Amino acid sequence: MPCISTKLGFGDHLGACKARWGFGRMDFIIPPGLYAIGHPMATDPVLVTANYKMSYDLVRKSLDGRNIWLLVLETNGINVWCAAGKGTFGTGELVRRIEATGLSGIVSHCQLILPILGAPGISAHEVAQRSGFRVIYAAIRAADLPEYLDNGLVVTPEMRQLTFTFYERLVLIPVEIVLALKSAIIIVAAVLLLLTALGNLTAGIAGFCAYLGACFSGLVLGPLLLPWLPGRSFAGKGAIVGLIWSTIFYFLADGSGWNGPVTAALFLALPAVSAFYTLNFTGCTPYTSRSGVKKEMHIALPTMGVALTISFILLLAGRYLI
Amino acid sequence: MKNFRYLENVATVQLDQATCIGCGRCIEVCPHQVFVPEGKKVMFADRDACMECGACALNCPVKAISVDAGVGCASGMINEWLQAHNLGGTGGGSCCS
Repeated sequence: MPCISTKLGFGDHLGACKARWGFGRMDFIIPPGLYAIGHPMATDPVLVTANYKMSYDLVRKSLDGRNIWLLVLETNGINVWCAAGKGTFGTGELVRRIEATGLSGIVSHCQLILPILGAPGISAHEVAQRSGFRVIYAAIRAADLPEYLDNGLVVTPEMRQLTFTFYERLVLIPVEIVLALKSAIIIVAAVLLLLTALGNLTAGIAGFCAYLGACFSGLVLGPLLLPWLPGRSFAGKGAIVGLIWSTIFYFLADGSGWNGPVTAALFLALPAVSAFYTLNFTGCTPYTSRSGVKKEMHIALPTMGVALTISFILLLAGRYLI
Repeated sequence: MKNFRYLENVATVQLDQATCIGCGRCIEVCPHQVFVPEGKKVMFADRDACMECGACALNCPVKAISVDAGVGCASGMINEWLQAHNLGGTGGGSCCS
């Protein structure tokens, strides 16, 4: 039985930092199984988590000075919330892991404590039927576990309350940037070549900067300013930061020298690009519904396509007709 | 959830009060406080706050709740669409992978 520490070392923090930036993220895992924190007895509680090392680290760090069993499920290195959505943090895996670890022979009770955000993958009554273990859902955040355990396993309303603070949004952004870069590099190169061909190298570089700024606005500013941007649509919020960036760019690049169609093209294309990236942030939030995103996409994606097409036509018109 | 609110009138969650036995599991697992107790049953307190994670339906022992559950993720849904139309996609079909 592996006995684990509740102290995080430099390697743990470095690993978390790398994972946040998307480096070795899928290898940031620990073997599933049963772990002992402190010197747990047969009567001590069993907590369940995912085998994404960042989830596991957050849980064990919060259990300092306690005697507890930690049952780690095989979620292929995905956090509890996303794995529950996929079903890997699920009833089948939980029941299998209870059997594989021989848990019923190690503890004398039949109670498992699961995170609330694991519930989309777990059917508590089915787990009880198949394994004899009763599932109880604790807090949303690992940081609330000490209070939960000290208060006789009582979940306070605060422990059920989801948050999405500035910092919680900030730490999600690096990996979004890294993932977006792959496709953005190709598009940015295309914009550079197209505008250089249509105008000159200066126009190409200006377009390159304008596009990168629009990506940055949608990827970083949209998510960070989320609660303060008006409206509910993510694409709408992204379009607003894109519009702000278009205005800033207009003054930075001295847009007074541009002709009408080129100016209009800029104010159409850049908000569309930002809107796309902020719309993608829906996957990172804990409050967007599938139906809502579907509805938003049906309106937003064609609108972006039309805006980009008109923008392209305006650029051509600005170049050849005026 | 304070300070955050998504689109109204799109939620697909349905509650069959006649079947409900008032065990309160849905209240326990919902991170958006969509349900509240009402006598020996539960009722909707804030249906529009539902993010369709499906935890309530999966944990309801009498199947009184139904919801078109899934992840509200635009890039995941674009990938799903691309794969369904054999146009590529980055694999996995959803986020976080």
